[in-house]
Amino acid sequence: MTSAVSFQKASRHFGSVRAVDAVDLDIVPGEFFAMLGPSGSGKTTCLRLIAGFEQPTSGSISIFGERAEGVPPYRRNVNTVFQDYALFPHLNVLDNVAYGLMVKGVGKAQRHKAAEEALSLVRLPGYGARRPGQLSGGQRQRVALARALVNQPKVLLLDEPLGALDLKLRENMQEELKSLQKALGITFVFVTHDQGEALSMADRVAVFNDGKIMQVGTPEDIYQRPKTRFVADFVGSSNVLPPDFVQRYSGQHRWGSLRPESIRVGRAAKGVASGEGVSARLVSTNYLGATTKLALDADGLRLHAIVPAGTALPTEGEAVVLTFNREHLHLMDEPA
Amino acid sequence: MRSDGSQSAPIGLKIAAACGLLFLHLPILLIFVYAFTTEEKSFVWPPPGLTTQWFAVTWNRPDVWQALSLSVRVAAISTAIALILGTLCSAAVSRTRFFGRETISLLVILPIALPGIITGIALRSAFSLADIPFSFWTIVLGHATFCVVVVYNNAVARFRRTSGSMIEASMDLGADGFQTFRHVVLPNIATALLAGGMLAFALSFDEVIVTTFTAGQQQTLPIWMLEELIRPRQRPVTNVVAMVVMLVTLLPILAAYYLTRDGDQIAGSGK
Repeated sequence: MTSAVSFQKASRHFGSVRAVDAVDLDIVPGEFFAMLGPSGSGKTTCLRLIAGFEQPTSGSISIFGERAEGVPPYRRNVNTVFQDYALFPHLNVLDNVAYGLMVKGVGKAQRHKAAEEALSLVRLPGYGARRPGQLSGGQRQRVALARALVNQPKVLLLDEPLGALDLKLRENMQEELKSLQKALGITFVFVTHDQGEALSMADRVAVFNDGKIMQVGTPEDIYQRPKTRFVADFVGSSNVLPPDFVQRYSGQHRWGSLRPESIRVGRAAKGVASGEGVSARLVSTNYLGATTKLALDADGLRLHAIVPAGTALPTEGEAVVLTFNREHLHLMDEPA
Repeated sequence: MRSDGSQSAPIGLKIAAACGLLFLHLPILLIFVYAFTTEEKSFVWPPPGLTTQWFAVTWNRPDVWQALSLSVRVAAISTAIALILGTLCSAAVSRTRFFGRETISLLVILPIALPGIITGIALRSAFSLADIPFSFWTIVLGHATFCVVVVYNNAVARFRRTSGSMIEASMDLGADGFQTFRHVVLPNIATALLAGGMLAFALSFDEVIVTTFTAGQQQTLPIWMLEELIRPRQRPVTNVVAMVVMLVTLLPILAAYYLTRDGDQIAGSGK
């Protein structure tokens, strides 16, 4: 099967800055694909390479089997939802949505009908006559989505589309985007720096750092089985354990990761049998509602543990013993 | 709230403001009054009598029409050149980063900062060096130097407030460069261009210094007026011309004011 989007050793360098560096990537048709990474990691440049706003310095990119180098954005069957939505302030909502059809020469009645349908799809029916300036942030976001979808793109690119929304709205939109993607069957490529968003929405996630892809996999893969220290640390702030520490528990001299929720925290006074637990000191507690996050100091090694709310907690500064199941200790590929 | 205007200003401030406004506008009123005076050799106050004969006299003087038509043509063509070059230049400077961008920006603005006499001398010597005879087109070139600046400044300010991703969005939705310019860029900078164009027209229309250096035998309206003031005949004709020009230009200025007043809604509100 041809990939929806395929990168072959694609690079985009800006002078000496390697924004995207020899990236190999295959996005499956119909999947919800997330590009996750800190700012400056190259994920947005990757998206712009697909949209055609950037051209690869070397390597090649194809979209549904067609070579994309040198093809301008307006000749690609790919549409983008921009981070700042980029609605046209001089047009009303209906004309904004119909814009793509208008420049293709679709007649007024027909394109307005299609735009109305797209607006209903994003649950904004009847908003056509308003100006973008009269809409809330969430509504503008939906208009931007409708404006992209009305062109029936083969791939929809979303550049941090939920970044400007407040928490409640963001959660609603996450669910809505996901069900919209399922219903339409269009390939979605979603750029975000929010690991929670990437894990909850995507079928597969690519983790970016320094212009390179560190790991591609299902959210579970990425979360449970990070391959490198960067992935372990960036996706869900896992505890990264040095090889010497890992050797004591697994016998292998490799970097390991241990999720904060896998650590059990007990009082030192209870006297856990020696060898099993890690003695540590509780540095601080951070109440998060449903859970409490504990910062721990195990002989100079800083660890985090997450325990359910309501657990009886030691006081700050108290000596504690940490225990975990061996199978939760994940060994990473990264060489020690 | 002290600044919402509900409180009345002290009486002293009111008087000062009134005096300021009178100082600005009373002389203009005098021009109007002298357009109706019966005394034609010098301006005496109060006017010995009032007459409307000067309107007919002005209407029948061919030199008035020649000067007026030359000024209008020069201003229109300079403004047209300025609109094209100024828009292109501002688009280049605000949309891309390239070596020497700041220098170009400065060089474009420089003609309006330079005293007109320097621009005038420079152009005159350049024209004679290149053996270009003084004509209608040398006046237009001289005026275009500062008209471009006005349009450029207005357009650059608007481009700066216009989200760059809007142009990308248009391309993304299938519009090529020309369609993007027509459907997205132009509607967003139109009011800025209108304001800049009108200002450019007005600057060109009353330009004296650069014109004296770049004009041959022709007289633009301001130069005609200067000449007229030296000659002691039919003086009120100048006043009639001044009055009519003022009333005629007031309309487009008011129109531009109303058109650009709510320009904030046009650009930048999409963010």
